[in-house]
Amino acid sequence: MEMTDIRASVASSGVEPSHDVQILRLYIAGQTPKSIKAFANLKKICEEHLTGKYRIEVIDLIQNPQLAAGDQILAVPTLVRRLPEPVRRIIGDLSNTERVLVGLDVRPAS
Amino acid sequence: MAIEDPSGQYSSVVTTLPKSPTGIEGFDQVTGGGLPTGRPTLICGGAGCGKTLFAISFLVHGAVKFDEPGVFMSFEESSDELAKNVASLGFDLPGLIEKKQIVLDHVKVERSEIEETGDYDLEGLFIRLGFAIDSIGAKRVVLDTIESLFAGLVNQSILRAELRRLFRWLRDKGVTAIITGERGEGTLTRQGLEEYVSDAVILLDHRVTEQISTRRLRIVKYRGSAHGTNEYPFLIDEDGIAVLPVTSLGLSHGVSAERISSGIARLDTMLGGPGYFRGSTVLVSGTAGAGKSSIAAHFLDAACRRGERCLACVFEESLAQVVRNMRSIGIDLQQWVDRGLLEYHAARPSLHGLEMHLSRMHRAVDRFRPSVVVLDPVSSLLTVAHETDVQATLTRMIDYLKMQGITALMTSLTHGRNEQEQTDTAISSLVDTWLLLVTLESSGERNRGLYVLKSRGMGHSNQIREFLLTDHGVELVDVYAGPSGVLTGSARVTQEAQERAAVLVQEQELDRKERTLERLRAAFEAELAALRAKFEAEQADLAIGIDENRSRAARLCADRDDIAQSRGADAPGSGNGRKQKGRV
Repeated sequence: MEMTDIRASVASSGVEPSHDVQILRLYIAGQTPKSIKAFANLKKICEEHLTGKYRIEVIDLIQNPQLAAGDQILAVPTLVRRLPEPVRRIIGDLSNTERVLVGLDVRPAS
Repeated sequence: MAIEDPSGQYSSVVTTLPKSPTGIEGFDQVTGGGLPTGRPTLICGGAGCGKTLFAISFLVHGAVKFDEPGVFMSFEESSDELAKNVASLGFDLPGLIEKKQIVLDHVKVERSEIEETGDYDLEGLFIRLGFAIDSIGAKRVVLDTIESLFAGLVNQSILRAELRRLFRWLRDKGVTAIITGERGEGTLTRQGLEEYVSDAVILLDHRVTEQISTRRLRIVKYRGSAHGTNEYPFLIDEDGIAVLPVTSLGLSHGVSAERISSGIARLDTMLGGPGYFRGSTVLVSGTAGAGKSSIAAHFLDAACRRGERCLACVFEESLAQVVRNMRSIGIDLQQWVDRGLLEYHAARPSLHGLEMHLSRMHRAVDRFRPSVVVLDPVSSLLTVAHETDVQATLTRMIDYLKMQGITALMTSLTHGRNEQEQTDTAISSLVDTWLLLVTLESSGERNRGLYVLKSRGMGHSNQIREFLLTDHGVELVDVYAGPSGVLTGSARVTQEAQERAAVLVQEQELDRKERTLERLRAAFEAELAALRAKFEAEQADLAIGIDENRSRAARLCADRDDIAQSRGADAPGSGNGRKQKGRV
């Protein structure tokens, strides 16, 4: 997958923000295997579990380093759920779907 | 607490290992220039030991004094909290941030908000830090306390690998960095950060002994540089951090032949004239109430009168108390305080540890630049530390003052009969002039006496003087040294009165004898006159009697001749014989 592919899919869900829409931001640092894997995992989880109720922004910190501080980014990849509150952070390549769903409050923690 | 002087050790090292000054008083001296330039330094210590303050001082001084902008990445305190905390030290963080001299970044790691799934790295932190560094061209970086990450992230193996990478990255960036770490059980830091930072490790310690806290700093490691391995006391106060300056015991200070008055004319005389040597150290020891502080006050007063600046560190009284007490002996110290010539530092000995006292005095001396310093009384420092420590501390202080050419007067309280306490003897070798105030007890009263126990380089009196506190200051008077011993106070007064009485009695006796003699002479002369009168009277009588007899005899003779003539005697003068023959 190319970088442009990730960027192209940023606004792909095309829904307006509302209370049940998940506004998600994926922070990456360049086209690393980890970033690509994380994006692929995220897209898959969203399509399966949040159909039509999500929006994903991908932010590459290499190009926009100034954005790291604002969302308290340390680790990459980091997925930040900005809405609905509270803000949640999931770090890692999102390879564990169950944990991602717990993190996004889609599924209660077992 | 040993005394050492690393000054001779690092001069050759400076050229090989560049160092970045921290601007922290004393620290740059101890390390021979500061922290290793372009390398990370680990500063570890327990909670509240001053790690953050050390780090922020390094950063602010770098930005303000050395033109080296810095990045402060805080993992604990928020930017606002930090700015507030250091504002009390006079650091204007918001202003420095405004001027792009400092960047503050608060990294918040909240485990409850973070879910971990799968592989990750801390490139976000690197990017964030790199961006901050590049945005102002930072030369200095502080990570405070990066160990917080261990609480926020689950995957410790990733974290450790990334920290190792971070420190390498910092070195590659060429920034001089401070990483702080919490002290662990048996290790320097809880997470063993010392493994990653191999250039310099500094340990801060805050310990409390007998309710007195002391902060100490130790350089555990400083690769490529000689450093003192001792614990150096340091303090944190309104002026920031200061590591106790280490002074050498080298006796290389210049000496002055100038003499300055002790403020007491008779004492100057006892010292052989003009007073103490400038730059010398005077010890006044004596029992409670012997007048030590009064001697000190006179000295201060005299110095202020000459227009010199004086610093007085008192441990037992407040300024107001001293001023009031000295007014009672006619010394007005308040006027000098008002004119800014006299500065008082009053602090209970138990307020800080010994080192803190020393460094505060040190600081005060550095700032105020006095020519006279009074410590009153040094013996009270014994209440907060052991004798050896006090001795070492005073040695440092005296040495420092001597090097600055400051005349110091210390008082020392001695107890009971043993007039020379061990503290005194311990520091006596460092003291140039030693005045001993003794109380002389006799006939139910205590009186004060003053000796000059020693005074280097001046012909001083070996006599004891009685020491009087009057409403116009200290007065020294000669004691009565007579056949019955040394007398002072009312005994002296009594003795003097007795002597006066004895003289009077003698005078009266003489008078009496003279009068007796006079009387005798008068009597004698009267008698003589009477005798003479009697003699003269009798002489006259007798003379008359003699005349009468003589004239009667003459007449008798004439009568007989007449008769003989008339009888016609044949031979003049034989008439009688014939007459007698005739009669037979």
